[in-house]
Amino acid sequence: MRIAACIKRVPITGGRILLTDDGRAINTQHLGFTMSPHEECGVEEAVRLIEANKGDSVVLTLGPAEAVEQLRDAMALGIDRAIHLQTDGQEWDGEGTAAALTAAIQADEAANGRFDVVFFGNESADSGGFQVGIRVAYALGRPCVTGLKKVALDGASVRCEQEVEGGRDVYVVPLPAVLTVKEGLNLPRYPSVPGKMRARTKPVAVSSPARPEPRVELVRLAVPAGQGRRAESLGSGPGAAPAVVEMLQKAGIV
Amino acid sequence: MTVLVLMDESDASRQTLTLARRFGEPRSVRMDAVRPFAPDALAAALAHAADELNASAVFAAGTERGNEVMARLAARTGLPFAANCIGATPGNPVEVTRLRWGGSLLEEARLHSPRPIITVAPHTVPADSGPAPVEVDLKPAAGKDLVVHVSDHIKPSNGGVSLAEAKVIVSGGRGVGSKEGFAIIEELAGLLGAAVGCSRAVTSAGWRPHSDQVGQTGTKVAPEVYIACGISGATQHMAGLKGAKRILAINSDPQAPLMLNADYTVTGDLKEIVPAISAEIRKHR
Repeated sequence: MRIAACIKRVPITGGRILLTDDGRAINTQHLGFTMSPHEECGVEEAVRLIEANKGDSVVLTLGPAEAVEQLRDAMALGIDRAIHLQTDGQEWDGEGTAAALTAAIQADEAANGRFDVVFFGNESADSGGFQVGIRVAYALGRPCVTGLKKVALDGASVRCEQEVEGGRDVYVVPLPAVLTVKEGLNLPRYPSVPGKMRARTKPVAVSSPARPEPRVELVRLAVPAGQGRRAESLGSGPGAAPAVVEMLQKAGIV
Repeated sequence: MTVLVLMDESDASRQTLTLARRFGEPRSVRMDAVRPFAPDALAAALAHAADELNASAVFAAGTERGNEVMARLAARTGLPFAANCIGATPGNPVEVTRLRWGGSLLEEARLHSPRPIITVAPHTVPADSGPAPVEVDLKPAAGKDLVVHVSDHIKPSNGGVSLAEAKVIVSGGRGVGSKEGFAIIEELAGLLGAAVGCSRAVTSAGWRPHSDQVGQTGTKVAPEVYIACGISGATQHMAGLKGAKRILAINSDPQAPLMLNADYTVTGDLKEIVPAISAEIRKHR
């Protein structure tokens, strides 16, 4: 079995987002980085499938040189090797990202055989374009199911559960398939120390695709105005309980 | 000029219509036009209808289904797609403002496309009050576009109060300290008939199931009162709280972002304060 998982490096934004002076990016000077939460579950699912079925797992990303950290994180969880489509740090839109990932997947498949499943996050934490996985699926001519909270392989097909209002919708599609997943699909493991050690020596194939002109072109970012909540203090410690209950009474709750 | 809109009966669809009307006279395709739901078939029908009508743009609400079908339409037709917009001005390029980080950031962007494909973020634009658009007659779906279809539906297990629809939510964060620490949160929630929520730090630690998580990658909530206990208020969490009518934050750190963005605050140790609130409520019974 061969499984791929595609991830994106994003900052850990904490409590308040600060922008760069030109307003075109988040000021990440004091921030750590991670892979998008949904994608972490895609990586975990890929690792579990290969543990259960044997085979080869690959993690792919399009991102700056530093994104190798997130590739190593994925390999520390158990992914076998990485493909890094390196950028100069400029933002790529969903179309460009999907085209570069498609080309990399096709090249890897020509050398090593078809991926049974390619995992994506349903949407990235930062730009939230809701499209890269679907575009790659169309380009590869494979079925795509989105927003998954459960994935179960069954021979030549995969049964998928998608969270919708009022429960879950079930899809069964033939393999190979592209699946976009959401946090809650599984609980990703913490990387073990030996896992981190092994990740350091696992192979990372690096290339630098040309960036097409984005057709969704970022002009500037802005932090939206707050919701104007007043932050009225009801006191401190357990002595504040009567004031809390009074507030709940006014709200018609108690 | 005609603009094509993928619609259902929701408020989000009527909000979408408000922006869509700027791009022409709307005609509609129903979200349930292909039953059971088959997103590729719906995207194919939209692509065909957009060509037939020479549509200036195609719109849908920025719901899970809306974003999914529009992304498939964009992939099928080789066009760009701007998701979760809160503003769109026709022109070449189209100028859009869209949500990033689950609404914690706004992005102004230029959309370069002969046929803009846009979704409108729910509850960011007033609803349209004009006449309902005329529905488009659809071409029957081809077999290959029906491969991905809903074949079954699982109803939610009826345990407790649903987070998305709860009127009151008592939510715990890292400050709760442990899985067992949630006993006092559950006690207060029980007294208030509330749902229990939590932050991402809590689900990542395995203290609560992901179905309890409020935030950008969890559930977006809209209660009358949201009681946040020991939650710092990372943007990830705040992205799920925008619909809350009143927020009460309980935290030992008065400078925690959630304490600054709440309606009411209590400073101190939640392990003392939460049981005290429960005791006070019992007195009123």
